[in-house]
Parts: sequence; structure tokens; C-alpha cells
Amino acid sequence: MTVTAQSPERVRPAPIKAIPVRRTGQWISAVIVAALVASLVWSFASNDSIQWPVVGEFLFNSNILRGGITTIQLTVLSMVLGVVLGVVLAVMRLSHNPVLRMASGAYLWLFRGTPVLVQIVLWFNLGLIFPRLGFGPVSADTNTLISAFGAALLALSLNEAAYMAEIVRGGILSVDKGQTEAAHALGLTGARTMRRIVLPQAMRVIVPPTGNEVVTMLKTTSLVAVIGAQDLFTEAQLYGSKNFTTFEMLLVACFWYLVLTSVLTFAQSRLEHRFARGTAQGGPAGPGWASRLSANLRPGRSTTEGANR
Amino acid sequence: MTTTMVRAENVHKSFGHVEVLKGIDLEVTNGEVFCLLGPSGSGKSTFLRCINHLERIDGGRLSVDGKLIGYREEGDKLYEMREREVAAQRRDIGMVFQRFNLFPHMTALENVMEAPVQVRGESKAAARKQALQLLDRVGLAERAGNYPAELSGGQQQRVAIARALAMKPKLMLFDEPTSALDPELVGEVLDVMKDLAREGMTMIVVTHEIGFAREVGDTVVFMDGGVIVEAGKPADVLGNPQHVRTKAFLSKVLS
Repeated sequence: MTVTAQSPERVRPAPIKAIPVRRTGQWISAVIVAALVASLVWSFASNDSIQWPVVGEFLFNSNILRGGITTIQLTVLSMVLGVVLGVVLAVMRLSHNPVLRMASGAYLWLFRGTPVLVQIVLWFNLGLIFPRLGFGPVSADTNTLISAFGAALLALSLNEAAYMAEIVRGGILSVDKGQTEAAHALGLTGARTMRRIVLPQAMRVIVPPTGNEVVTMLKTTSLVAVIGAQDLFTEAQLYGSKNFTTFEMLLVACFWYLVLTSVLTFAQSRLEHRFARGTAQGGPAGPGWASRLSANLRPGRSTTEGANR
Repeated sequence: MTTTMVRAENVHKSFGHVEVLKGIDLEVTNGEVFCLLGPSGSGKSTFLRCINHLERIDGGRLSVDGKLIGYREEGDKLYEMREREVAAQRRDIGMVFQRFNLFPHMTALENVMEAPVQVRGESKAAARKQALQLLDRVGLAERAGNYPAELSGGQQQRVAIARALAMKPKLMLFDEPTSALDPELVGEVLDVMKDLAREGMTMIVVTHEIGFAREVGDTVVFMDGGVIVEAGKPADVLGNPQHVRTKAFLSKVLS
């Protein structure tokens, strides 16, 4: 074996200049994809059946915008309620009390095992079996109490709570047991340990999939159109069928959904940076907001992607 | 004046069907440095964790500073303590873990400030002042603003010691404090511990550092299979072990 210790006067070699590998396949596939995209865009743009001026005209129509506001309200309110109830369910699921554990488990089983569309319609029709709601002498007509918006909010938030419960539980379980022990050894009580030590660390795991949940929720709100909850999709459909511009109004709706998901996705990556404090590199090495956007535009729930990061 | 800090009488502990502690009797006096040696699985870490009730004992009596740990005795009945009472007992017992267990979302300074502010309700200013003094004492004043991930293992463990000292404990428990460290970082942690011992802190140290036990320890106990095999002055237990198992263990560790 020959080993030479580094001598100080050794000259640094010139940087390597090599001919890069030819990537012919990449070029060919890029050309094919570009051609396909171009023809698709052209088939839309040049299609005489689409009245593009109508799309432009209704983009900022006051009813459409009002529908958009309703969609945002539904998203925000059901997420807030869903997160709060989800944390409660997660803590119940991790509790030592078997009754609480089972109650939480049953809730998850029920709400994750039935389609949210069915749940929406079910809450809307609650008046069929319970004409009046209330305790004892205080009661009110169910259909006045639960409007279309109310039924939508109820269904979406109760459903969301079941999914958030699992996300929060995963976050809490991801925190090393040594953290709880260290906090206990210092004399912190259980509740304080949860609030000061465990939850802040769990947030790093909870925030990314929750962001995905918000984006998913925004799109899921369109389901409430089946009960006419006056959201963006309801309004767009209503105008479309009234004026024989169904497709144009769907494009208008898609435009606003895209704008909203893009804004949310951008906000999401900002938030994740904040909760990455104290991790190895000080910031997450996860996907940037552009790739996160493309993930959010894919169909289906993307919670597992977020959790695996 | 020598008073008893920790008294264990016939302490038993099982995990499921496995009996980990099979009757531990010992007494640690005030200001003593008490070293627990033994192969892994001998129950020494479990015993240490019983002292601040991270594990609850199944049999026997365990008391710190004259008070039973985790239980209240009224007449001839034992009552389990409430969470709040257990937490109150733990305030006076500092613990240092093998894997440091610093809070990663807080800076070194915030780690040391956390318990005084949250548990003792000190003002932030007072806690900060004390934390800076403690970090200075373990030689890390200039790393106060760093997060644990930005510190070496040895530095993290020294912050962990400062964090435990911030509660002004009357007893310090060390659970293999140097076992997770690179060899060249062991010395800096042991030096801090030696200083503590010199200042008269009562310390129970689970360790594989025979050199530390010999130099600093007042009493060395060798545990194996959930029982104390041999106990005495370091010079006797380490220099002239009587029991076969002690001899076998020491020959492996020292070779």
C-alpha cells in the first residue's frame, strides 16, 4: 500500500471538462409532449363552440364572485372546525381511557367509511327524520335551523375532523418519547408537556398534510352544489344552464378554483418554513411550492405524500 | 453532617413477565457520588428511572430526601400520587439522558430557561440571567443562541446538564451520559460532571466510564441480572473485585 500525506505545495488540478452524455430520448419525448400540448390548446382556443367572450364577461360577474366567497367561507370554516374537532379526537384516540379511545375510533370508522357526498345529502335531509331539533321545551324547525349552507358546513367539517384526527395523531406519535421524559423529569405536567414540548414539534409533521387538506377541502366544497349551497360551482352551473353557456361557465369556475389553489399552495410552503425551526438545516428540504402545486392539482387525496416527507 | 438522600428497600420492578429489578437495597448519602456499573440489561438504568418515577416500582420502598417517590403513605395504606404531586417531586431531581433529549425547537438558552419559567413561574429575565450563568459554567456561553442540531454531541449533553441544574436540584441522575458520544467528546462532559461532584452535588451515575467511577465515585455498585452483586469503595470494587461476575465484567470493560 502506498499512501502519501498531502504536501502543502501540491498544485490543484484543472477542473474536469468532459463531453456530457447525449440524452436523445429526453429530446424526443419533450418534442412529442410539446406537440400534444400545443394541439390540445389549439383545439380549445380555435373551437367555435366555446364563446370565449362569455368566459371573459362572466369571470367577474357578481354572482360568480359571491359564489367564490361562499366557497372560501365554507373552506375556512370547515377546516377550522375540522382541525379543532380533529385535535380532540386525536387526543381521545391516544388517551388511556378505553371508552374515549373507542368512541374516537368509531367516529373515524363512520366518517371515513362513508362518502362525503352522501354525508352532505344526509345532513341536508335530516329534517325528514327529525322534523324539530332541540332539548326539552326549546326546539326549532330542522330545515330552518340547518340551511343548505349549514348542512354543507356540518358535513364537511365533521368529515374533515376524521381525517385531521389521524394527521394530528401521527404528528404527536412522531415526537420522540425522550422529549416527554425529559419534560417530565424537569417537573412539567402532562398538559404543559403536550402544549410546550410535544405539539410544537408535532406541528412540523402536521402542517404539510394539513395544507394539503385545505386545498383538497377547497375542491371538495364543489360537492355541495348537489344541495344548492350557492358556492362557486352552484352559481356557475346555474348561470350556465340558464343561458345555454354550460361549458363557458365551467371554465370560469375552473379559473377561480385554480387561482385559489395556487394562492393556498404558496401560503402553505411559507408556513412550513416557519415550523421547520431547529431542524438539521434550519429549513425543510422538501419540495418547493411549484412542485407542491403540481401535486395538489393531481386528483385524489394527497395526505399520504405530505405525511411521508 | 451526613443525611440520607436516596433510600431503596427491596425495590422490585417488572415489565410484563420480565422482572428487571429483583430487590434493590441501597442508600445514597448527601453529597455522595454514587456510580452504578453493570452490563446492559442489568437493570441499572431502570432503577435510575424509578428514582424520579419515570418508571413506577411494583414492590418495596423508594424514597428521596425522606419522602416516598410516587406514593403517599397514610397509616398502612399506599396511595398513588396525582400527576401534579409527581411533577412537584421531580422538580428537585435533575436528570441527564443518554441521548440528551434537548428540545430541538428551542435554542440552548430557551432549553435551560424552560423549566424555571414554566414550572417555577420565574420571570423570563431572571430565568435568562440564570440560564446564561449556567451555560457559562458548562463552557457554552457563546452557543446560547444555537439550536441543538447546531451543536456537537458533547455540547448538547453539557446544555442538558445546564438545563437540569436550572431547577436547582438536590439530586442529579445521569443515565449513561457519555455513551452516545464520540470518544473525543467524552472528556468535556466528564469534566463538567467532575466539577459538579467537587461542588458537593449528590449524583447517581449510570456509566461505563470506569475511569470516572474510580476517580470521582465515592461508592461503586455493580449490578447484574436485577440485583446488586457487589458494592463498596471504588478502589475495592474496581481494584479488588470479589465476585466472579464483577471480575468478568471488569476484565471485558478494561481490556
